[in-house]
Amino acid sequence: MTDTTLPEALRNPDVGGPAQPLVIARDLVKHFPLKSKIPGRRAGVVRAVDGVGFEVRKGETLGVVGESGCGKSTTARLLMQLIEQDSGELIFDAQGVGSAQLPMKRFRSQVQMVFQDSYSSLNPRLTIEESIAFTARVHGIGAAEASARARALLDRVGLEPARFAGRYPHELSGGQRQRVNIARALVLRPRLVILDEAVSALDKSVEAQVLNLLLELKAEFDLTYVFISHDLNVIRYLCDRVMVMYLGKVVEVGDTETLYANPAHPYTRALLASMPATDPDHRTLVAPLAGDPPNPINPPSGCSFHPRCAMAEAVCARRAPALSDALAGHPVACLMAHADGGHSRQLAATT
Amino acid sequence: MTTPQDNHAEAQAAAPMVSVRDLRVTFSGGGKTIRAVNGVSLDVAPGEALALIGESGSGKSVTLRALMRLHPPRRTRMEGAIHIDGADVMALDARALQRLRGGTVAMVFQEPLLALDPVYTVGQQIIECIRTHASVSASEARQRALRALESVRIPSPERRLAAYPHEMSGGMRQRAMIALALSASPKVLLADEPTTALDATVQIQVLILLRELQRELGLSIVFVTHDIGAAVEIADRVAVMYGGRIVEEGPIRTLLRAARHPYTIALLQSRQHGMDRGQRLQTIAGSPPDLAALPPGCTFAPRCPHARPACLAQVPATTDLGQGHRVSCILASEPAVAEAAA
Repeated sequence: MTDTTLPEALRNPDVGGPAQPLVIARDLVKHFPLKSKIPGRRAGVVRAVDGVGFEVRKGETLGVVGESGCGKSTTARLLMQLIEQDSGELIFDAQGVGSAQLPMKRFRSQVQMVFQDSYSSLNPRLTIEESIAFTARVHGIGAAEASARARALLDRVGLEPARFAGRYPHELSGGQRQRVNIARALVLRPRLVILDEAVSALDKSVEAQVLNLLLELKAEFDLTYVFISHDLNVIRYLCDRVMVMYLGKVVEVGDTETLYANPAHPYTRALLASMPATDPDHRTLVAPLAGDPPNPINPPSGCSFHPRCAMAEAVCARRAPALSDALAGHPVACLMAHADGGHSRQLAATT
Repeated sequence: MTTPQDNHAEAQAAAPMVSVRDLRVTFSGGGKTIRAVNGVSLDVAPGEALALIGESGSGKSVTLRALMRLHPPRRTRMEGAIHIDGADVMALDARALQRLRGGTVAMVFQEPLLALDPVYTVGQQIIECIRTHASVSASEARQRALRALESVRIPSPERRLAAYPHEMSGGMRQRAMIALALSASPKVLLADEPTTALDATVQIQVLILLRELQRELGLSIVFVTHDIGAAVEIADRVAVMYGGRIVEEGPIRTLLRAARHPYTIALLQSRQHGMDRGQRLQTIAGSPPDLAALPPGCTFAPRCPHARPACLAQVPATTDLGQGHRVSCILASEPAVAEAAA
């Protein structure tokens, strides 16, 4: 949806049509070098994102789940181009990001992000109206117009401008600050909003308010969300599709219903089984996995999940499985999903 | 109003391990007075696990820390009575308090990296705790430290004794802190959001461990959490806190199936569990109360859909619904209205 009140340079019409994915990420890699204690010597790398490919469809909410160190936040920052990938390609609505067709500034006006820490993502010296208007002014909207937009958005996210516009971030509660961050993310009428643990720090009753707001805004502003969370209940509630990450790789992608009903990858199964019980008469008796997620500095050989996997065989330590399409529309990175994977078992196609 | 002596006698009759009566904790400083806990009474039986559930600012962590008198005495005013294993905690002198802390009651914190000392190995810290509370030789203390690490299922415990906290993973550190807490054989374990900072697959491991230790050692556990799921895994009873008061308490099954306080009901409904995708979540309007300016009467009344003038006039009395289910709400005494509320 194009907002005709925006200056021409900020109108971002749909280019590729509804069938064109909004984002195609191909084989993104981001390794962070470690500082060595001895100058001039390499100390190794953190393989934060290690060959991640996925699509974000227009109008959907894509959930990204995984434990700490799985690369979900790095993926978000790559998607936003806050950091540059070592290799790999990002295509936004059929246009290469950073290409002549889609220069970086134009791309950035279409993608916005909301972070977990609502306080550190706002400038403490700006009132919340100024914070929101600043984003608009950077992209060439005049001061009066920017302020008007900021006040309208504050009103829309439930913060009455007459009462709140002149307040500073420290004068607001966590839930109110997160509403400000959401308003700021919307001021340029972006097409994609990345929510990186955006509700994780909020109290349950406030979290529910913000989730309701996000659902309303998505319909109203025709948005696409990438929603990163470690909370499997929130993901299930909000997302159309879910992508599961483990140690810098995508291990499974699928429709939310399919994935929660029939998780195929042993890690996804364990992750879902780790959700606390909802009935005290059916408590979890045995932990689905032992130990912690391994360190992405020295990931295990082969399939990086094999040391914790109940189904692991010798071959899993040698071969790294690619995402397989054996289960229709439900890619899984497991040797059991490859007919020639060398694993004695095969995943049954359940849809 | 009963005197602390009466309460003590009553507590002895039922012999709870932890007994708190009308606890009030007030912090002053910066020209403000923060009423963090406003009249909390609770009992924990030997071998029982009680979960204190609430949002930030509900007073759950302050209550927990008050049990060990961990608040800075100069800025804190504490009133009421606390008895743990028969000892009158409010009357203890410094030395007796030191014996209580770690000896009778031990605490596990949310962030093990902050709670453990970074410049000592895990083994040194556990041995120090053991030798503070029991006069044993260094080698005997080391043996006990090793057994403590074994009891929390840390793989290769011998090696872990010599490890510094930063050399361990998050889940391992939390196990080490539980081992440290249990090393002097306390009777009560206080846990302040012990699994909140952990990954899902590790969180469930630690919850199961705590449950097993409670059973094996006959520990009483007071478990503070904002996560109803964690409480379901571990608690026998739940107390829901709001604005520094317990608004409802009861056995976990009763609270999940037949909650009566509007706040408990709203809290249960704000979970996404079992909700259809995209369906609007039930929410509680507004935000938690300002503890520096608490409303008179029921602290939840300003956000409560069933509030009436009487709610604002005075703090609602606690109604006993039987089987340990108690609720502080005027709706509880009027079943017709309460039914409409549910």
